[in-house]
Amino acid sequence: MHRTGELYGHFETLEQQKESAALGMWIFLVTEVLFFGGLFLTYTINRHAFGAAFGAGSNTLDIKLGGFNTVVLIMSSLTMAMAVWSAQVGKKQLVSIFLVATLGLGTVFLGVKVIEYKQKFDHHLIPGHDFDMRYRSEHPTAADDPKEIAIEKEELEKTFAVDPDTNAHAQLYFSLYFGMTGLHALHMIVGAGLLVWLIKGSFAGRFTPRYNTPVEIVGLYWHFVDIVWIYLFPLLYLIDRHR
Amino acid sequence: MSDIPPNPLPGHKLPHEDYLNATYGMRSWLLTTDHKRIALLYLGSVTFFFFIGGLFATMIRIHLLTPTGALVTPETYNKLFTMHGVAMVFFFLIPSIPAVLGNFLIPMMIGAKDLAFPKINLLSWYIYIIGGCFVLYSFGTGGLDTGWTFYTPLSSVYSNSAVTPAVIGIFINGFSSILTGLNFIVTIHTMRAPGMTWFRLPLFAWAHYATSLVMILGTPVIAITLLLAGLERMFHLGFFNPALGGDPILFQHLFWFYSHPAVYIMVLPAMGVVSEIIPTFARKPIFGYSFIAGSSIAIAVIGFLVWAHHMFVTGESTYAALTFSFLSYLVAIPSAVKVFNWTSTLYKGSISWDTPMLYALGFIGLFVIGGLTGLFLACLGLDIHIHDTYFVVAHFHYIMVGGAVMGYVGGLHFWWPKITGRLYPETLSRVAAVTLFVGFNLTFFPQFILGYLGMPRRYHTYPPEFQVLNVLSTAGASILALGYLLPMLYLTWSMRYGQVAGQNPWPATGLEWKTDSPPPTENFHVTPEVTWEPYDYQNRPDLGLVAGAKPLRPAHGDD
Repeated sequence: MHRTGELYGHFETLEQQKESAALGMWIFLVTEVLFFGGLFLTYTINRHAFGAAFGAGSNTLDIKLGGFNTVVLIMSSLTMAMAVWSAQVGKKQLVSIFLVATLGLGTVFLGVKVIEYKQKFDHHLIPGHDFDMRYRSEHPTAADDPKEIAIEKEELEKTFAVDPDTNAHAQLYFSLYFGMTGLHALHMIVGAGLLVWLIKGSFAGRFTPRYNTPVEIVGLYWHFVDIVWIYLFPLLYLIDRHR
Repeated sequence: MSDIPPNPLPGHKLPHEDYLNATYGMRSWLLTTDHKRIALLYLGSVTFFFFIGGLFATMIRIHLLTPTGALVTPETYNKLFTMHGVAMVFFFLIPSIPAVLGNFLIPMMIGAKDLAFPKINLLSWYIYIIGGCFVLYSFGTGGLDTGWTFYTPLSSVYSNSAVTPAVIGIFINGFSSILTGLNFIVTIHTMRAPGMTWFRLPLFAWAHYATSLVMILGTPVIAITLLLAGLERMFHLGFFNPALGGDPILFQHLFWFYSHPAVYIMVLPAMGVVSEIIPTFARKPIFGYSFIAGSSIAIAVIGFLVWAHHMFVTGESTYAALTFSFLSYLVAIPSAVKVFNWTSTLYKGSISWDTPMLYALGFIGLFVIGGLTGLFLACLGLDIHIHDTYFVVAHFHYIMVGGAVMGYVGGLHFWWPKITGRLYPETLSRVAAVTLFVGFNLTFFPQFILGYLGMPRRYHTYPPEFQVLNVLSTAGASILALGYLLPMLYLTWSMRYGQVAGQNPWPATGLEWKTDSPPPTENFHVTPEVTWEPYDYQNRPDLGLVAGAKPLRPAHGDD
């Protein structure tokens, strides 16, 4: 496959090439919607079946970290959009700056996610033999607020009274939590890889008003990953939250 | 026969340079981005999996020669039918026509130099190979005994066979299908030559557009479903395991949401092939072009709304079952539209009995039987009687083998001169086509009767009164095997010794016949411009087809 400048040989014009690339990315995103769709369906069915245990699971998540991450990700979408715009109007330096900012924010998001996962690990909330919803309230550390622990204990007792199998059903919640956020994080990592590739290109000054397809289609992808989180955040963190 | 030297037909010479001899060496094939070469890579690999699946089928049929089972242990029998299904469905039927014929033809049919994403096209082949390796690893290290449907919790908890690598392999392979579908849709949207409007597209392209829709909308769902089942097995999670609060019916819904439409991934492209062959050998414009095109889309859309007819006996709500039953009947309408339009095309046509035509006619007959028995199964009351019997087995083999594989083999013959530049031997191939048809019917028609009489599928033994029909079926399978081996042999032979075909040996009206056989790497020396309507067998003076003139005879290899 030969290419002349930015135009691959099997296309007639740059417009045709750009249209194909954009359409290809949109179709790929459609497949992603259905890919995540299977998970969302599994989540919905189980949330409906085991509302109490899922509510208890939601309450163990750290809303401050989750909220912070939501803001970080929305910011990263803004910088991504700015990078696309900068490329379209030919501000080559700005493209690099905004791409680096997007990558930075994405990395912050992943870092915070690691902290959250670590907490769940410490609290015995990883599905498996050691899973125990009561672990945290029964083994408080010095850093925990005793009042909060008392409330958690009381609420857990209520949940166990409604659903004696809370531990089993909350494991379903956490399987889905790790499945959904893990798959989302995987998409973020892929996106970060794509950003590194774009940053390399932008330092070389490849993106101009005439040719900026890569920035635009990676932008589409990045916004999609952002939107997935916009759905995950309320589903996993907010429903049934009262603390 | 092998002593006959290459003997070009008068006036036809192989082009000096084409996609086959443009570059040489292993590297030029394994790193090619030429859609035609990638199609040939796929041709080789799907044929390999067809052999694997065929081997398992042979062992199943030998085993069922006697009521107590003649060949293997019950456990091995479970593995045989599972591995037969997995190899055939995921690694032969689904990629066969789209990835081989579709890949080869779609850019040429619309006048493009290549698919929109040539590198992604090559990537899809490598993904297929990697997925295939995982599945072969599973076959070789303990096999697979869950049935190709992977129902949980058998697959995710109880099975002692190598489920995990198989699930990983099918998960990976799904992306190959997604990328192929994505490539086709974008290509058909953006790469058409000047004058190639939507309603001048060949019906083969319409069928592949519809197929691609199913591929991109369905495949991600099976991917996530098998991923969840795999995670459940590996990490003891409970999504689909009732002992842990999960829902096994949810697995079945998600599985069939893909796997029912997957049937249309198999049969829609075959319908596209038949829509090309019928007008060519009836020498008439296709009847009801827009209805055939529209019915492809309709089948793809309605096909997504019928999945739970596989689950009538799971205890789903009666109202859901009624709805799914009704919607399943509805698919018969666009399917019948196609059949009626093909037969109307034949009416008063100048029909010749060339090999591709034999396959196309065979397809219509077998598809009608397969389709009508599908209606039996969509009927709520009757389904309870014949659910999970050999009736179901016979029904879907009529669609998948009688439909999809007949279309595939017919299409291979029809475009063989384009792919290789040479003709296959005509008489021998007609014999093979008839052998295949007879063998197929003898194999699977007795299974309708067996199923109706109550023989369950997937059992390794059966009551002695069923032996006659089972022996008939096995006898048919031996004839069927011969019917498959013959084309493999003579098609391979013809690659070197077949007569040189020329650009358009039939002659047919599609754009792919307006370039050299085999075509140059960039498909056309000059970007073509389409100024004619599709399937116009009366106003194509450029092909020697003029109203009132005597129809042109196809060039034949050996008669």
